[in-house]
Amino acid sequence: MILKSLDVDRKEFEARTGWVFKPEGACKGAVCVPLPAGAASSAKVDARMLSERLGMPLIHDADAKIWSLGPEAMGHALTSAQAPDFELPDWQGKQFRLSSLRGQKVLIVTWSSW
Amino acid sequence: MWQAIRNELHPKGLEIVTVALDIDPAAAKVWIEQTKPNHPSLIDSAHLVDELFGVINVPNSVWIDEDGMIVRPVEAAWPERDSPPDWQKLAGSTDIPVELRETMQLAAGIKTQPKEYMTALRDWVANGKKSKYALSPTEVIARSGPREKAEAEAAAYFELGQYLWENGRKDLAPRHWREAHRRQPDNWTYKRQAWSLADPFQGQSELYDSCWVKDVKKIGAENYYPPMDLTPSSGK
Repeated sequence: MILKSLDVDRKEFEARTGWVFKPEGACKGAVCVPLPAGAASSAKVDARMLSERLGMPLIHDADAKIWSLGPEAMGHALTSAQAPDFELPDWQGKQFRLSSLRGQKVLIVTWSSW
Repeated sequence: MWQAIRNELHPKGLEIVTVALDIDPAAAKVWIEQTKPNHPSLIDSAHLVDELFGVINVPNSVWIDEDGMIVRPVEAAWPERDSPPDWQKLAGSTDIPVELRETMQLAAGIKTQPKEYMTALRDWVANGKKSKYALSPTEVIARSGPREKAEAEAAAYFELGQYLWENGRKDLAPRHWREAHRRQPDNWTYKRQAWSLADPFQGQSELYDSCWVKDVKKIGAENYYPPMDLTPSSGK
């Protein structure tokens, strides 16, 4: 997740990463990580705190003055078996959301031109 | 090739979503326009599915059931092919530039499992949760590939490079991609995407530590796609 400031919009963070803020902390599937008091209810959260608590690398490019907050390092690529939702453009530029296919079996397959 | 499988299995309840991992959407569109797919055909310029699902190569697939639960995490996805190229023959052809012959030679040694893959896919579409190829949530997580500090950092570095590449700072991207490559050497999408921007044949360039031929030789072509783990979930 690219950040222009270390104050992260909580809703954007939740939509992008699948972590949800609850009274007990940041949760994904069966995993809940406690957060400092007040963090769960504020609109902005500190990227350094998220990085430390959730094991997310925070990489800085000093020339471009941006940060990149990586995924949680919790041992496996998936922290939960629930499919993470995402939105990507289709080849005609229309936004597509994975969860729009709920109710059907879905096979996601990657390819590339290179 | 996915279109034919979609035609066969869509009436039985399967939708196929293809995701092109291409920082240059135009490059992917050239191919998509030729096939005019009737399933969602997406373009993922940031390789977001690598981060979200643990994708490391193409073609890789993920199976998701009707409730939105993953039942098979990332694995190589080679379906039946109508006319697989005869790499060995191509490699010996004098029409091919010398630097490409070695690539062809290696490509000939890459192992895929089209029969096993399609048997498993058809079985799951027919039998759903009862299919022995549908894994339990615990098993899905366990088989989803490693994500320790190194792999998580690789994702962050790759995205940083991608963002800079797309936002007018192409000069700053390679240094981040090099970091991604060092941290997760078995992620071929991070490597091949970057190499292809420096050299269309993904040969050695000054920008990167390695290239396709060198890295495939290092692991052995037969290990390029880890074999499918066809064992059922434990306790099933």
